[in-house]
Amino acid sequence: MGRRNGLEVDRSACGWRCKELQLSKAAMSGSLCWLRAASLLRGAPLRWGARPLSQAAAGDGSSPGGGEGGRGSRESVERLVRAHPVVVFMKGNPGQPLCGFSNAVVQILRLHGVQDFQAYDVLQDPDLRQGIKNYSNWPTIPQVYLNGEFVGGCDILLQMHQNGDLVEELKKLGIRSALLDAEKDQDKK
Amino acid sequence: MEAAEPALSAETLRGRLLRGLEAEHVEVEDTTPSRCSTSFKVLVVSSRFRGKPLLQRHRLVNELLAEELKRIHAFEQRTLTPEQWEKERGAGTSA
Repeated sequence: MGRRNGLEVDRSACGWRCKELQLSKAAMSGSLCWLRAASLLRGAPLRWGARPLSQAAAGDGSSPGGGEGGRGSRESVERLVRAHPVVVFMKGNPGQPLCGFSNAVVQILRLHGVQDFQAYDVLQDPDLRQGIKNYSNWPTIPQVYLNGEFVGGCDILLQMHQNGDLVEELKKLGIRSALLDAEKDQDKK
Repeated sequence: MEAAEPALSAETLRGRLLRGLEAEHVEVEDTTPSRCSTSFKVLVVSSRFRGKPLLQRHRLVNELLAEELKRIHAFEQRTLTPEQWEKERGAGTSA
């Protein structure tokens, strides 16, 4: 564990690759973009309507729904991904991501104006952390689910953001991307 | 304690991707701060990606590197078809 910007960072887990990450509207044009994770982390915590894992898991850390499976079981994970149109498994929480890749996902969703999404901090729950990897057959965190379906991690979300696919996928969920309005404003001039 | 297995190298990964995906272009960067090969970023250009959505492409790469990924802590990938790669290069995109 190390400390960065006053936050505990699980260095062994993700190496904290937050350097050179800068995301801007230029990203929409398809140009290669990066996110400035460090500076974003220094900003005020944002309210994203995300509930800490403990709340999602019936508030006392016990298995949700009281099923046999632990929090990492297939049934348990399935319940979590289906509970909300936009679900993110990440390191840290949207107000304080603890990994550059997780932060990138949060910032992309923020750019699109997705205020209401469910975020789970896998660092708080090793069972969930492994369970989610088993469920999606995907080796890394963060993981993004739209309408209960695994969409990918940071790389994929970033590319979907760049090529316009994310706007389309959000539309299918009845979510209008804020970037559409931003473009409209630009067209008006 | 027995000797550690040989460290993963960018070259090893590059070779596997080139052969396994019949890739026409592969770039592998060891992004581990200490360069101790637990964090990688790859770019793979392959005709095998044509017609496949992103998730499917990434899964192909993950499957190919399944063993290595057990030892890798952070992994970034970009998967392009030859056409997408040409377009990107032609556009003169800057980082």
